[in-house]
Amino acid sequence: MLWLFTILVLLFLVLPVLIIIPMSFSASRYLQFPPPGFSTQWYQAFFSDPQWVGALQVSIELAVAATVISLILGTFAAIGISRSEFKGKSAVTEAFMMPMLVPGIIIGVAVYRFEAGLSLSGNFSGLLIAHILMAVPFVIRTVLASMAGLNPNYELASRSLGANSLITFLRVTVPIIKPALFSGAMFAFATSFDEIVVSQFICGVNVTTLPKKIWDGLNQQLDPTITAIAAIVIVLITLAMILSNAKTLFGREPKNQIQEELLEEE
Amino acid sequence: MLKDMELALQRTGLQTAETNPVKKSRLKPWMLIIPPALFFLIFLIWPLLQIFALSFTDAQGAFAAGSYVKFFGSDVYLKVIATTFRVSLVVTLSCLILGYPVAYAMTVCSKKISCLLMIAVMIPFWTSLLVRTYAWMILLQTDGVVNSILKSLGLIHQPLALLHNEVGIYIGMTHILLPYMILSLYPVMKGIDRNMILASRTLGAGKAHTFFRIFVPLSMPGVSCGAIIVFVSSIGYYITPSLLGGTKNMMISQEIQVQINRLMNWPFASAISVILLIFTYVILFFSKKVMKVEKLW
Repeated sequence: MLWLFTILVLLFLVLPVLIIIPMSFSASRYLQFPPPGFSTQWYQAFFSDPQWVGALQVSIELAVAATVISLILGTFAAIGISRSEFKGKSAVTEAFMMPMLVPGIIIGVAVYRFEAGLSLSGNFSGLLIAHILMAVPFVIRTVLASMAGLNPNYELASRSLGANSLITFLRVTVPIIKPALFSGAMFAFATSFDEIVVSQFICGVNVTTLPKKIWDGLNQQLDPTITAIAAIVIVLITLAMILSNAKTLFGREPKNQIQEELLEEE
Repeated sequence: MLKDMELALQRTGLQTAETNPVKKSRLKPWMLIIPPALFFLIFLIWPLLQIFALSFTDAQGAFAAGSYVKFFGSDVYLKVIATTFRVSLVVTLSCLILGYPVAYAMTVCSKKISCLLMIAVMIPFWTSLLVRTYAWMILLQTDGVVNSILKSLGLIHQPLALLHNEVGIYIGMTHILLPYMILSLYPVMKGIDRNMILASRTLGAGKAHTFFRIFVPLSMPGVSCGAIIVFVSSIGYYITPSLLGGTKNMMISQEIQVQINRLMNWPFASAISVILLIFTYVILFFSKKVMKVEKLW
């Protein structure tokens, strides 16, 4: 019973996502399932349309820039918060977490109104500012969690051995919190690449992101071109998921407790 | 700003290295908070304060609380609030009902199987929200996949209306928020000491009894955490209800969008934003004080 239910729920989670892949190779002009024949027409339609390719390019550039800057700002904030004590520290932390908790539409309204007054709205830097805001909390959260498990004595040891604070940070702190920096960067990239609620206010005629282009397409009619880019992204995500778990999935299954510990030490 | 900080770092570093290796650097850790804090003050806090001020003005820009009176005095907007809370409640409950057994199954199976199940949860989690909503638009339309399957199974004769109504919102939002529920439940369930279960069993309690009297209470922190995350996300949802719902079941976020893009009524849109913000923080405050949820995300 439990297993039947679990499998049904997981099919509910995965099938609607995976169904996009066969749909993207449909030979039909319309979205129908099962697709009547095989064709790559939607991939050709996507990559031959400068608007779609341009939107994809903007989204990638934006996500890379937002990831780098939010990683720096977020790591600064996380280290500052975890390594100091001051009045109102929890209020400051709460403020940094706001973009993650507050409904996106409110941030969109506020940032749009503010940026429109400075004519930042409708251009790349306006979008970048909004995307950094949305991504920073994810970096702070992961780095903060990692800093909580980091023994401050490592840093003290490095300092007392004569390394300055910059060297200590780069050679001691960074290597230890590297996994958190990596996952923070992943979250930041995904947040920016997928951001639509705030962007739909700020995107202009000249600068449009991929989600904004999809959003416009969905509001008019169900344009099947979307299936092509969606399928590419889904395949990439699925591959990344399987590769990052390859060791557990295809590795040796530990037979007992000792073997399990040995395998984990490897 | 960044460059200045780095320079300062290098300068203090050089000094300490030359004089005394353990001498305290002039750069204190709290100073690192300054650049991100300035960024947030300028681009988030200040704009939000402006929206707050704007919500208390009328069309001429004079001080007025008319927007709030209008919002709480009209059946139209009270209905929007009712829809928002009803949808959030239904979605939270369905995520819990669907997610709890899955998270439980993940804790009792072998490492490989549980990893495979986790991948099945993570693929939709990382997939774009828009793409997933799009998939449901294809699946739920009148001649869509769900209706054709139900028809070929002989379960229905007329296609069901699944899109552009509240059913569509329930299905889409449950699909999108379910991974958050599972990811909140799983670590708590995984951390439950198996000896507690064993102890209960050796003391003579049955399997079902042990599950409901020992396992379920111990998993409650995960339940409240997941429920709060799903509920708080739901009340601010915008994209999925706009695409899967109809004009009759608008949620608060959609109302804000309509006020700005179609009616250009900034004071009123600001007032609704302030109300939605207050709702969000009241729920978060409640979860901390009453439900004792320590860490949410």
